[in-house]
Amino acid sequence: MNLRLAVRGALVTARKDIRIYYRKAPVYIFGLVLPLFLFFAFFVGRDLDLQRYFPGFLAMTIFFTSSSVGPLIIPWEKQAGNFERLLTLPVTVPMIVLGDTLAGTLFGTLISLIILGVGSLFLPLSIGLSSVLGLAALFFLGNLCFAALGVLISSPAGRVPSNVMMLSTLVRFPLIFISGIFTPLVELEGSARTLGMLSPLSYLSDGLNGVMGQETLVPIWVGMLVMAAFTLVFLVAASLVLESKAMKGL
Amino acid sequence: MADQNGSSGDDLEHSISAEGLSKSFHGFQAVDGVSFQVRKGEFFGILGPNGAGKTTTIRMLTGVLKPDQGRILIDGIDLRRDALAAKQRMGVIPEVGTVYTDLSARENLELFGMYYGLSKPVRQERATQMLKDLELHDRADDLVKTFSKGMKQRISIGCAMVHDPSVLFLDEPTEGLDVQSRKLILDRVRAMNAAGCTVVITTHNIEEASRLCQRVCIINKGQVVTVDSPEHLKSTFEQTRSVEVAFEGQVSCQELSPSCMLRVEESGDKMRIFTSDPDRTIEEIMRLRDERGLRILSLSTLGPSLEDVFLKLTEAKR
Repeated sequence: MNLRLAVRGALVTARKDIRIYYRKAPVYIFGLVLPLFLFFAFFVGRDLDLQRYFPGFLAMTIFFTSSSVGPLIIPWEKQAGNFERLLTLPVTVPMIVLGDTLAGTLFGTLISLIILGVGSLFLPLSIGLSSVLGLAALFFLGNLCFAALGVLISSPAGRVPSNVMMLSTLVRFPLIFISGIFTPLVELEGSARTLGMLSPLSYLSDGLNGVMGQETLVPIWVGMLVMAAFTLVFLVAASLVLESKAMKGL
Repeated sequence: MADQNGSSGDDLEHSISAEGLSKSFHGFQAVDGVSFQVRKGEFFGILGPNGAGKTTTIRMLTGVLKPDQGRILIDGIDLRRDALAAKQRMGVIPEVGTVYTDLSARENLELFGMYYGLSKPVRQERATQMLKDLELHDRADDLVKTFSKGMKQRISIGCAMVHDPSVLFLDEPTEGLDVQSRKLILDRVRAMNAAGCTVVITTHNIEEASRLCQRVCIINKGQVVTVDSPEHLKSTFEQTRSVEVAFEGQVSCQELSPSCMLRVEESGDKMRIFTSDPDRTIEEIMRLRDERGLRILSLSTLGPSLEDVFLKLTEAKR
């Protein structure tokens, strides 16, 4: 495969997604408003230490924002007739998957940086200089991983976005509750902890706890490696599934 | 002698070479051993009734579907081995105006230019020129969602041509369009063809194919029925000659009954009489005119149309 053409195809796809799809209302509803409501539902009226739970909230925001658009792009494009045409352009299915993932990563990173900035105004966050690199790496890996998950969710989809959103909700909500967002992993025991270890989101929230000076279950670099492995699995699986289901709904 | 890409010198003379293409869906054989070649710079038509396998064939040729069997070469490049290089040479216009409606006309053209690797100054210049050619320069920065169907299809055509492809695929490009858009699009495609671009068109409009194409491939039930020039195909069906007449006043086709008459079709104010002997048929028409005191508005003899040939060939396979 011509690498130059491959990189170009993925980057143009990401650019196209950002220009077209990141202005749409469902992206902000599912990506930003929803995690905010979840956060308020958990914290309002309870005497909880916000600083302690901020890393979990940040992880949840990264999870929701980066995976919000991926599930919608392919059904939207199939519905509008753009997807078939995309396949006639000098791009391959893995490049489309990578491009959609990169767009989700960029959007998720931007929104989570804003949340971090706003959070740091109100909370005395303790992020040492040495942790900034770790934080940057966690932001990038977390957004990449969950953007890839979003694209994987959409890969078997036809042309009806609401069907994909149902599947997306079925996958994403359970992950929120098992991944140490509302109760840090270190405080979980037994099967709850074992279940939590199966979720890539657990490693992001655990890592963010670590860079913000809190206790972690696994070393941060181990969590990063696990997230990188999940990302690779999601990207390969999304490419394979989309390759076989590309014509569904066309 | 085959080169590294597996293509021979003969393949290199052709823009498109389809060899034994087959595709089935859940046990249904949609395309079964389709083979044809399209010469460089040729205007080539693919015709067939609904469900014949045209769209599946086009989807395989444009890289949307992978054939179960067979090989496709685009300008000598094997589509399966080097899809990106092969697709780089193509421009594809699907049936519906599939452009991004949330972008402006100019943004669409530039986006497609990016996919084909045009540099920023080149794609800006090409987009501006294309908007002028397609008579959309005054709407260049309006969102495509505000455009009519004809305008969307014009932009769709522009997106396929912005990189100056060597092969252009058009799937029903003028279906449901107004006369102006239809003419504009066909003029633009003819100009591309005159400049050396190979054009492959699928259409239900057989007369349009007859006017445009140097050769047509008729597909039925997933198989190639024939590949030939429209004129040559027509000449092999000379027995389907006809006489077309329009009378002033009402005339029933039952009033005409020469023994040489095969069938009569009424269309608007005209009657088309298919005959093995046009001379005797005209005599019969004159007899009717004299007997009834009618006035003939128009009278012409016609050879078989490509539509007649198409119907004969596809009916024979049913």
